[in-house]
Amino acid sequence: MQSRDATTSSIRQVLQDAGNLAVEVDSLTDIDDLYDAGLTSLNTVNLMLAIEDLFGIEFPDEFLNRDTFQSINAIADAVVSLGGGSQKGAVA
Amino acid sequence: MSKEASATVGQTLDAIVDRIGREILAPLASDVDSQSRFPSEAFAAFRENGLLGAYVPSPLGGLGVNMRTLSHWCETLGNYCASTAMIFAMHQIQVACLVHHAGNSDHELDLIRQIARDQLLLGSATTEIGTGGDLGSSICAAEQTGDRVKLEKQAPVISYAEDADVIMVTARANPQATANDQVHVWVERTNATMQQIATWDALGFRGTRSLGYRLSAEVTPENVMSVPFGLILSRTMQPTAHILWSSLWLGMAENAASIARRSIRAASRKAPVPPTTSLRMAEMDEAVQQMRATLESGVESYQQILDTRNWQRTSAFSFGLAMNNIKISCSEALVDIVGKAMAIAGINAYRNDHEHTLGRHLRDAYGAMLMVNNDRIRTHNAAMQLAQR
Repeated sequence: MQSRDATTSSIRQVLQDAGNLAVEVDSLTDIDDLYDAGLTSLNTVNLMLAIEDLFGIEFPDEFLNRDTFQSINAIADAVVSLGGGSQKGAVA
Repeated sequence: MSKEASATVGQTLDAIVDRIGREILAPLASDVDSQSRFPSEAFAAFRENGLLGAYVPSPLGGLGVNMRTLSHWCETLGNYCASTAMIFAMHQIQVACLVHHAGNSDHELDLIRQIARDQLLLGSATTEIGTGGDLGSSICAAEQTGDRVKLEKQAPVISYAEDADVIMVTARANPQATANDQVHVWVERTNATMQQIATWDALGFRGTRSLGYRLSAEVTPENVMSVPFGLILSRTMQPTAHILWSSLWLGMAENAASIARRSIRAASRKAPVPPTTSLRMAEMDEAVQQMRATLESGVESYQQILDTRNWQRTSAFSFGLAMNNIKISCSEALVDIVGKAMAIAGINAYRNDHEHTLGRHLRDAYGAMLMVNNDRIRTHNAAMQLAQR
């Protein structure tokens, strides 16, 4: 199981690659609103797929909403609650 | 008020809306269309009956009707004049945005009270030149200096801007904010300078006078809604717009179907109705029923969210998709139904100078799928499919 810090830092990396944000991910805190930072619903789809891939999880229907992707913390909460604390194939 | 008493008031209001439609909208619909003019007679009647404050809760001085009733009224008005019904709907959409999301400041509540008391007409400036029709992003920014907020927006379309009392404008929260970080600002029209940049000579919905303007205004910081626009858009503007528009389109479709049947009834007195025509009428009826069912399912699911204040449900990607689907389905059903009605009524429907003409219906019908383009919405829905199980 990855530590919370490692999970959020993996999410930051995915955001950098797939989020297509209008600002640098490094300039965001874990609670900043990602939609305000330029995340669009279309980019949410790419972000979702990348996160599923990275953590080897699948977001069920009830997680497929804006709130799940509202902030880095919100995404980390979702990842953890879906048992995706460790990266697929990563050595923990 | 007791349940029975409020039901009686509801029925009376339904009758008032229908009477205004029949006596004021219908006789002027052709003139509003040909002159491409604001239907001022209709709005005088709406004001006289408090209908511009229909969605304002009664404790704030309004009629306190719900979304289901607004939908019903838009449908009624759509039967008589599409342009007037569209302006009525656009106004109520803005009122709903305020009613659902205001309340954090006295200033916001005062505006809502004022809408009911003074029967203010609300317009909206959401689309902007350069954003590709995406309501969720702005170029224009709210620039605060001391106790003044300055705005300048290049709006390709502001419907009935010259007849609105207040214009709700979307803008970036500040000049440094990203395109999606938006606020909703209300601008009293007397505080706005509007320079016309585009005319409105369209095929249909001509009475909405959807001209383009460069809008500049200076307002107080209290005119900026305290809730971010993104939330207002997903919780209220998108669902309400798609529901109320679809409602008036249903009214237009019903009216076209009714004109087609009237024309065949008239002809049937001289000669028997050909079996193919009867069959086409039956098919048209199926299409109208399907359109109604699509709309009603959307009205019910949104009304349930509003009744339980369960905003969480509007955050689901599937909810946004469902609301978009209603807009797409109903606007395309409208074109289909008007086309069927024309095939039934034939040459009389095709003539502009016949009592069974469907010329205005046909021109208005295409507006439903082109103004807020279905293909753009569908492209978005297509991309979102992977975020559905």
